[in-house]
Parts: sequence; structure tokens; C-alpha cells
Amino acid sequence: MKKLRNNFAVSSLLMVSPLAAVLLIFLVLPIVLIVVVSFWRATEFSIIPAFELDNYEFLFGSPVTYTVFFNTFKYALITWFFTVLLGFTIAYYLAFHIRTLTWQIALFLLCTIPFWTSNIIRMISWIPFLGRNGIANSTLISWGVIDEPIEWLLFSDFAVILAFVHLYTLFMVVPIFNTMMRIDKSLIEAARDAGANGAQILWNVIIPLTKPGIMIGTIFVVTLVMGDFITVRFMSGSQSANVGRLISNDIALLQYPSASATAIVLLLTVLITIGILLRFVDIRKEL
Amino acid sequence: MEPRTRSFYVLSAFFALFILFLYGPTITIGILSFQGEGGGLTFPMRGVSLYWFYDLFEQQAVGDIWGSFRRSFALGLMVMVVTVVVSVMGGLAFRRKFPGSNILFYLIITSLVIPSILISLGVGLLFSQSGLNVHWSTSGFGSQLTWTLPFGLLIMFAVFNRFDTSYEEAARDLGATPWQTLHHVVLPIIAPSLIGVALFGFTLSYDEFARTLLTAGSYNTLPLEIYGMTTNVTSPVLYALGTLTTVFSLIVIGTFLCIAMVMNRRRALKGSDSGKGV
Repeated sequence: MKKLRNNFAVSSLLMVSPLAAVLLIFLVLPIVLIVVVSFWRATEFSIIPAFELDNYEFLFGSPVTYTVFFNTFKYALITWFFTVLLGFTIAYYLAFHIRTLTWQIALFLLCTIPFWTSNIIRMISWIPFLGRNGIANSTLISWGVIDEPIEWLLFSDFAVILAFVHLYTLFMVVPIFNTMMRIDKSLIEAARDAGANGAQILWNVIIPLTKPGIMIGTIFVVTLVMGDFITVRFMSGSQSANVGRLISNDIALLQYPSASATAIVLLLTVLITIGILLRFVDIRKEL
Repeated sequence: MEPRTRSFYVLSAFFALFILFLYGPTITIGILSFQGEGGGLTFPMRGVSLYWFYDLFEQQAVGDIWGSFRRSFALGLMVMVVTVVVSVMGGLAFRRKFPGSNILFYLIITSLVIPSILISLGVGLLFSQSGLNVHWSTSGFGSQLTWTLPFGLLIMFAVFNRFDTSYEEAARDLGATPWQTLHHVVLPIIAPSLIGVALFGFTLSYDEFARTLLTAGSYNTLPLEIYGMTTNVTSPVLYALGTLTTVFSLIVIGTFLCIAMVMNRRRALKGSDSGKGV
């Protein structure tokens, strides 16, 4: 029996070895290297191995850092709020109001198809809507709501958040829909028989049972927003910054040590956030 | 059937608005890419023409679009094949505990939640410090796998969580070797989900930007090329390119969905072969 178990272990290890190799070379080693380089020194044209805390001292000593981290959390929180609201409503509609499985799958696919197309194109596609002479402004002017074009539609925090919600609501819809589909419908019937009204069923039955899905969606949205650097750059017209942009700016200036230090602080922030969220949900059980 | 409540109609309208929100902008640039020659980035349309599409084919100033498309396509296929194979193997292995399975699981989650720019930066540093050249087919390829593999594995975990192991036991009882069980029983049952994994593998790679930014080397992939265009091209040629790549993505998605549907239908038609002596 023991031998059999050893055999299983060996074959399992063989089967995961390609996976482990990819993660080792392209995930673990790079992180280790970033940690190492974050203690290095940079000159204008090269980076020199060293062990100094200058990069971190500079990072924590600069007021820009705190603004930028605050911005990152702000984007994450606001985006989370809207995606959870939208995602829950859409998933609820698909899971409880659409009655045949074929229609559920069809409408679900309709929601997921944009996810498989290019994010950059989807960002670009807001230009004709939000631009100074864009659809939004000209519609509002023709309705007489405003006299002059609103300037803050494109290239603003508003545009950044709109793009985030546009890009990432899918990551809420999918896991929430997945957990909702597994809710035993007889529980809802039981609640109704016991005299609960629609709102009570939603609040006391469906939402508690959907929490794991909401948590998984939250993990996706929060990490995607916190790690982003293109959406913020593109949609704010380089007027706002988050941590990702701080890193990418340093990279563009070849300041790899300081980019690394910022990257490590960002990674720790994300991992701590995820660690807290994971306390509420067992991902493997919920798939 | 119960009658529809009022909330059904409210939510239906909400859903329709959501779909409009999802697709509206893309459809808009689809329309605007047919903008006339003198037209700009927003409405009104100044005539209808294919001018910007021709421009895309001719103008060399916008960069090497066809080269980057070919590279993205090849890379997408590479990532797709490796993602499917490695995810299936990983999914099978993860059905049992093995030494290090917890650590590996947390690495998979880390790979999923790590900000993409860290992969880009780290892999870029790894290659430059070890004296290797970054290239889309080596460093770019590996970086994209750190994004597609977690998705593939999560799908496989979900599939095997719902997998009825009595089929395998039955095969084993009938004397099938582990390989025969895998080949004739397990793989055919999970095949439709593999289409899903392949779709994720290809499209996530084809559209990936952040993880290839510093790892693609001197030959750009398509998303990098498009990103470069956003900073210096301010004509509807950008929309024309966007429309073409989106149409291409839709064709790919449609193909995968059709394959999945055909597979399901064939399975439904065949039904059970028990007692037929197959």
C-alpha cells in the first residue's frame, strides 16, 4: 500500500513538473531577482550590484509614493464597488430570471465574448464616446443639458474608472454566476413558503450563499486594478498615476533598482490584500 | 410556469443596457473605421469609405503590422497548445495530494494575482542579467504562460471537481491500464472543457500586453504594436486596425464555440452505447 502511494506521488510529481518548471523560471526566479535588484544601485546607464536600502528610503521618503498608493487603492475601491453591483445584478438576472439552460448559456456567452477581445482596443473605443466632440458631449448639448462640452469625460479619473468597470465587470459576473447556479432552488422555495418576500430572499438566502463567488470576483478585480498601468495611463491622458505607472516610468528611464523596490512594495500590498480576502473563501472548493 | 414579475422586466432592461455598455464602444469604432477620407476620430462621418483600411495595408509608417500579427498568431498557438497540455496534466495530478501540492497551488494563485508588470520586469531582468536576448518566442512565451496556465488550471480544477470517478473505476475494473483509462475514458469526457482552455490560452495570449512589454524584444507582438500606435497615430487608421483585430478575435471565438457545440451535439446524438456491444 505504501509503495502504491509512493507510485502515485511520483507520477503526480512527473505530471506537474512542466507546470512547476514554468512557474519556477518565469515566476519565482523573476520575483527573487526583483527582490535582489531592489537593493542595487543605478547610475545613468547601468545598474550595479550592491546592498543598500537607498531605493526603499527614497520610495518611502517621497510624498509622491503615498499619493500614488492612495490613488491605487481609490481606483480599486471605486471599481470594486461598481463591478460588484453590476456583476451581482447581471449574474442574478441570468441565474434566477432566465429559465432555460440554453438561454442562460447564450446570454452568459454574450457577456463573456468581450473578455476574449483586446483590452487596448476596448479602451481606444471610448474615444469617440467621451472625446470633447464625442457622442456623449454632442448628445448632451443637443438635449440642452449643457451649453459647452464637458472637459472631464475623457482623460480623467472618471474615464479611468469607467474603463476599469467596462473591462473587468466580467470577472465579477463569471464567479458570481457560477456560485449562484449551484444554489439549490428548493432553498428559495422554502424561504418563500416560510413567508419571505423577494427582498428578504435576496438578502437572507441568495447573498449569503453567493459570498464565495463575490470574494473570487473581488480578488480578480482588486488585483487587476491594483496591478494596472496601461488603463490609467491611457484613459487619464497621463494626468493621473497609480503604482503601476510609477514602476513603468522608472523602467522607461532604465531605473531598474528603483522600479524593483516599488514593484516589491506593490507585490506585498497585493498579496496582503489577497491574503485577507482568502481568509473568507476556500477557492478550490468553490470552483 | 409562474407569471413574470415586474422585476423580470426591470432586470431585462438593465441587462440590455449592460450589453449596450459592453458592445457599444466597439461597435462605434467599427462604424467609424469606415470614416471618409477627411474624417476624424469622432462623428460626424464624412462619407463612407474603405480609405483607412487601405491606409493600414499601405502605410509603412505605422510599423510592421503584418509581421506583428503573424508573431502574435504564432505565439497564440504556441501558448494555446502548451496551456492545454500542461493544464490537463496539472489538473490530473492535483486530484490527489502530492508532496508540495499546497505550495504549487499557492504559486498558481500568485501567478494569477501578481501585477503583470512584475512578470515583465522580472523576466526582462532575468534574461538581461543572464546574458540572454529577450525574444517573443522565449521570454515572451514564458511570461504569457504565467497568465494563461492559472486560467487553464482553474478550469481543470472546476472540471475535475465535477468529474464522476466511477467511470474510471469501471474502466479499471474492466482491466484497462491507467493509460487506456485516460485515453478512452477521461480525455473524451473532459474534451469539451479542453476547447474552453484552448480558447482562453489563445485569446489571452493574442491580446496580452503587460506581460510582453519588456519581454518581447525587438520584434513586437500585435498588442504592443497597437499600443505604440495609440501614442503617435491620431487618425481613424487606429479604428480600422481595431476593427480588424476584433473581427479576427470574433472569428477565433466563433470557431471554438462551434467546435464545442458540434462536440456536444455529436455526443447527445450518440447517446449511450451500453448494451450495443461497441
